[in-house]
Amino acid sequence: MASPPGELSGSDMVRGHRLRERRMASSTEQRRVPVLIIGAGIGGLLAAWRMERAGFRDFTLIELERSVGGNSRHGENAVSRYPLGAHYLPLPTREALAVRELLADLGVLQGDPHAARPNYDETMLCHEPQERLHINGLWQEGLWPRLGVAAAERDQYTRFLDRMAQFREAKDGQGRRAFALPAALSSNEPRWRELDRITMRQWLLDNGFDSPHLHWYVNYACRDDYGTRHAETSAWAGIHYFACRNGEAANAAGDSVLTAPEGNGWIVRRLAPRYADRTVTGAMAIALAQGAASGANRRAASADFFLEDENRVVRYEAQQIVWAAPLFVLPHVAPELPADLVAAARGGDYAPWLVANLTLRQPPHSGAGAPLSWDNVLHGSPALGYIVATHQRIATAPGPTVLTYYHALSAEPPQRARERLRDTPREVWARDVLADLGRAHPEIGGLTTRLDVFRHGHAMIRPLPGTLWSAARQRLAQGWESVHFAHADVSGMSLFEEAAYRGVRAAEHAMRRLGVGFGQPLG
Amino acid sequence: MAEVAPGAADSRRLQFALLASVFVVAACGLAYELIAGALASYLLGDSVTQFSTIIGAYLFAMGVGSWLSKFVTRDLIGTFIKIELAVGVIGGFAAAGLFVAFAAQAGPFRVLLYGAVFVVGVLVGLEIPLVMRILKHDIAFNELVARVLSFDYLGALAVSILFPLLLAPHLGLVRTGFLFGLLNAAVALWALWLFRERLARRTGLRLAGATTVVVLAGGLAGAGHLTTVAEGWIYADDIIHAENTPYQRIVVTRWHDDVRLFLNQNLQFSSRDEYRYHEALVHPGLAGVAHARRVLVLGGGDGFAVREVLKYPNIEAVTLVDLDPAMTRLFSTASLLRELNGDALNSPKLKTVNADAVRWLEDNEDLFDFIVVDFPDPSSYSLGKLYSAPFYRLLARHLAPHGRLVVQATSPFYARRSYWTVVATLEDAGLRTAPYHALVPSFGEWGFILASREAYQPPEAYAVPLRFLTAPTTAAMFDFPADMARVETEVNRLSNQVLVRTFESEWRHVVR
Repeated sequence: MASPPGELSGSDMVRGHRLRERRMASSTEQRRVPVLIIGAGIGGLLAAWRMERAGFRDFTLIELERSVGGNSRHGENAVSRYPLGAHYLPLPTREALAVRELLADLGVLQGDPHAARPNYDETMLCHEPQERLHINGLWQEGLWPRLGVAAAERDQYTRFLDRMAQFREAKDGQGRRAFALPAALSSNEPRWRELDRITMRQWLLDNGFDSPHLHWYVNYACRDDYGTRHAETSAWAGIHYFACRNGEAANAAGDSVLTAPEGNGWIVRRLAPRYADRTVTGAMAIALAQGAASGANRRAASADFFLEDENRVVRYEAQQIVWAAPLFVLPHVAPELPADLVAAARGGDYAPWLVANLTLRQPPHSGAGAPLSWDNVLHGSPALGYIVATHQRIATAPGPTVLTYYHALSAEPPQRARERLRDTPREVWARDVLADLGRAHPEIGGLTTRLDVFRHGHAMIRPLPGTLWSAARQRLAQGWESVHFAHADVSGMSLFEEAAYRGVRAAEHAMRRLGVGFGQPLG
Repeated sequence: MAEVAPGAADSRRLQFALLASVFVVAACGLAYELIAGALASYLLGDSVTQFSTIIGAYLFAMGVGSWLSKFVTRDLIGTFIKIELAVGVIGGFAAAGLFVAFAAQAGPFRVLLYGAVFVVGVLVGLEIPLVMRILKHDIAFNELVARVLSFDYLGALAVSILFPLLLAPHLGLVRTGFLFGLLNAAVALWALWLFRERLARRTGLRLAGATTVVVLAGGLAGAGHLTTVAEGWIYADDIIHAENTPYQRIVVTRWHDDVRLFLNQNLQFSSRDEYRYHEALVHPGLAGVAHARRVLVLGGGDGFAVREVLKYPNIEAVTLVDLDPAMTRLFSTASLLRELNGDALNSPKLKTVNADAVRWLEDNEDLFDFIVVDFPDPSSYSLGKLYSAPFYRLLARHLAPHGRLVVQATSPFYARRSYWTVVATLEDAGLRTAPYHALVPSFGEWGFILASREAYQPPEAYAVPLRFLTAPTTAAMFDFPADMARVETEVNRLSNQVLVRTFESEWRHVVR
């Protein structure tokens, strides 16, 4: 079968590696700016948002890729917008101040942003039916396997969910939640933090959970949120996934999520134009240095960028720098980075992801058991299933659609998976994707008119045991003199809420150093 | 019986030919069994029961056939050929005949079904014993049993694999039946040629063989037409128009003076009482809006609602938004249908837009004094979104300050919770509602909801000619008897889609 046409693209797997060559010419121009934000993913965009909210507009936002948004970028064709990465945002927790204020600013959270149960824009709440699972040849509503699952296993589900509900309510003597989101606001008591020493799988077994279907579900959750199998994920992170979310809505159930055809791209689409006049894309950081601190006569920090379009290097001198790019890049560009920070930044391990967007001339046949939903998961698949970009559309008749297929390459070590991701031609991925979906949709090949493959070489940091509450992570949170780290990597978990928290927090640190007032801190 | 002993080479060729025909015959035999089982499951449902009883009846009939074979004592080859032709015709036409019989409701379907299964089974049961007896002079008994039965099972295996993978999905049951009928006839013709020297009266058999092939080939060629005709009988009346569009299957039927429209097999109107539905849909709301100039109709490509709207001389412009151009084309061109809708779709006041209603509402800013929402019932999640609070908010943005809208909202009798869910949803969207109901015999007790920013008063008199509504009866339509009275319901939100679930569970218990 000939594969449908399409494009192979992604977070540049070649350009980024030029960093290693480091044979760039010296700078031809110097630009001065009070604050420089390096990286325009969610962390960088939220840093910009936080500064502008405080009335401070003197920043420049620099991005390696052609478009801003990082993991929340999206694509668009004649049929629909569609995500290239993150595709939903759960209702924000009580403590996710930055996300709540952001959503209120964007008009999606209506009324008091800190209300226990705010109203959300109904068109952005995921429409019913939300999730279904293909198992034993049939579709079922929801993702917890039920069809053909023994009662004893389902009893374990109940027991497991009860335990997660207890963790969700658990607080320490100071009123800090055991599993907060942002994670940094969680209790530091050892009884919970020591869960970071074992894997999620081990925790399940230690607590008498041996149901294969429960393990499948928890493993699915870890692969979906962290790109990492539950046998490798820190139990603290695994439990955090189930226990941190306590957001509620006046007009929806608590497990609702906010989404759009372009996934989380709608947030980028709304924010990016605000800073477009101060944004530079296609600019690769090649050097970063602190200014020499010499008393009052303090020299600015500097960063050199290779501008791809102009084929030259410019130097930015800034009072404060917000580093919102992945942290593993930092040691490559900052030769003066202290050894402990080098070690901490290099300590991160990253999961590679493949996202395929299939354009279909009509929706796939629903199949037996449960109707086509927003999120459609195949039991026994190495991938994570697909979401339907046109799900949120209100239309009188079904038409062409785009399915976004997610595959975290978690079955092999990340480095090997990354090489496979880099070296495998699009046609081979296309064949694999169609074969996987073909188990539930035999007609999918004939319906697919286009299949675009997007590769994220370093999609998300892997929360392996021992990485979340380590000294290295605490060190990263402190930043490096006038360079403040604003990436979710600082938290050790690649979540929108973490990126937002880190971005807002870095912006507030930078403004504090500059003596800019910003009111109540959000980070 | 004077059979000439053939030469040795001839004998081997004959043996091979007969074993090949055993393969084909066995294949055909299983095919008829599978077709009958699949057809019964398709038409009657409950496939486990259907397959199990069909297979049982068929195997029993084959046993009867095998037993009957002992009574064939003369002219084995001639009888074999006749049986092949008979199996070809009866087996070949069984699927088509049963489908037509079911559609035409000619006689008790199950009796015909099991009758056909039994007859084909008996004939198929006769085949193998006869073949074995024809071959018994040439092959030792143990060898004979081994070869014949293994070819028999091989043939069955081939069909059991081909049937679900290739034949049923690609050819369909009716065509597959004819195809295997032709294979049986081919075996007969082959045998006729092979044994041409041993057979006494060949002309009659040749004629019968040729006729069988022609008839079956004709059946194969006409299978598509036959299915359409049979579908026509399922609709009971004459189909005067049938058309597949990208959005739906449109069928218009007529029986005497009753014209009916079906979309995807669901009755949309009967010309005998559609005036009740459309008068009730339009006039209680529009009669009171004296200033009304501009009207929007969503859905309703049949033009009946537009016909009612155009009765008011103060209406200057009507916009009809219907997704399917085939619908508005049909109802603006076919003379019979133009008579029914008073040629409303060709009115100079009307602008017809073939677009998705939601997209159209999102993309323009026009305001209307009266909006008619005549969508299909909320039977799927995509239709359920057209009854959601965000949709009604979108609609309200197109409502002029003193404007009013009316929504068809399924039956408050058969789907009471569904109906009141729509009321609650309109109210959640910030509108004041005036729910009412009317009896439309084709549909039963039907519900409508008026909504606007102001309180509603039923009209004291109607100034336009009406067949159904009067002012006093209109006022009564806003009263709900106890069995249809309001119940507390949730609001139909996109994130819960309670209406679709409620509607599905309520209509499941109703046979319309």
